Amino acid sequence: MDPTLLERFDKDNVIVEKLDTLINWSRANSQWYFQFGLACCAIEMMAAAAPRHDLERFGAMPRATPRQSDVMIVAGTVTLKMAERVKRLYEQMSDPKYVISMGSCSNSGGPYWQHGYHVLKGVDLVVPVDVYIPGCPPRPEALLQGLLELQKKIKTETPLRKQA
Amino acid sequence: MTFDEIVALLDTKASGKTSVIEGKTVISVSPENWSEISAILKNESKLNFDYLMCISAYDKGDNKVYGAAYNFYSTVNNHYLEVRVEIEDGISIPSVVELWKAADWHEREAYDMMGLKFEGHPDLKRILLSDDWEGYPLRKNYKEPDYYHGLPVPKDKSYWD
Repeated sequence: MDPTLLERFDKDNVIVEKLDTLINWSRANSQWYFQFGLACCAIEMMAAAAPRHDLERFGAMPRATPRQSDVMIVAGTVTLKMAERVKRLYEQMSDPKYVISMGSCSNSGGPYWQHGYHVLKGVDLVVPVDVYIPGCPPRPEALLQGLLELQKKIKTETPLRKQA
Repeated sequence: MTFDEIVALLDTKASGKTSVIEGKTVISVSPENWSEISAILKNESKLNFDYLMCISAYDKGDNKVYGAAYNFYSTVNNHYLEVRVEIEDGISIPSVVELWKAADWHEREAYDMMGLKFEGHPDLKRILLSDDWEGYPLRKNYKEPDYYHGLPVPKDKSYWD
């Protein structure tokens, strides 16, 4: 949302804006994420959620079920056994839904790209990914930036207009 | 007890059924003698190997001979022993789950990764990979599949250049 809006609101308590902006503003700032730790990246995700980095100040809180989640943070190595379950859990999330791919493993297979007979070479082979976070594992700050990038992306959407 | 004392004791209990691998402090046992020897290792009070630390499976590299290496420790007598049981592909090794509960998951892993069969195991199925997986990945002649349930397995390198 335009930061000058707050100043305008201070003047006369009235803002005129598009409804799209209001919806995007509420969506972007309540990205409840699916608790989805697959490997060591999950430790960094926990650190990001803990008080020192405090993911919740951006409106992101962990949910234990796909039905209540807005964004799936795929944190860790996606094995072939897990890939089918990842896809199924993504399908169980309600729209609008987003995916953050956290770490080298879920981006591209990571260190398992050559000899990982059991590893899916990138979670984007099963679900559409909105934001990729590089790192092995990424620091909590990187996850925070990934979430902020996702918020930027959400704010460019036009939810009320008919999709082409 | 030292390794030599353990070998001497096993010779008096079960003569000729164990042999020392040359240059190593490791005992080799053939699969048909393994249930008898393992019971002696557990129950003989001078040995009293009450702790099975690990079972490692290995591939000799000739696509024929595979083996299991058992590492034992006695918490009472404070001594160690490694025992190896080698088989040709397709022959099963007697399970030691009855004697050491720890062997349950170790034997399942050896079956999952190296395809060793353990006779008498209560529930010998894959422990890590999916039940419908084909082949045993840690064998030297293993080739990874191109697809698994429609998902591509090898890395797509076509866009690297």
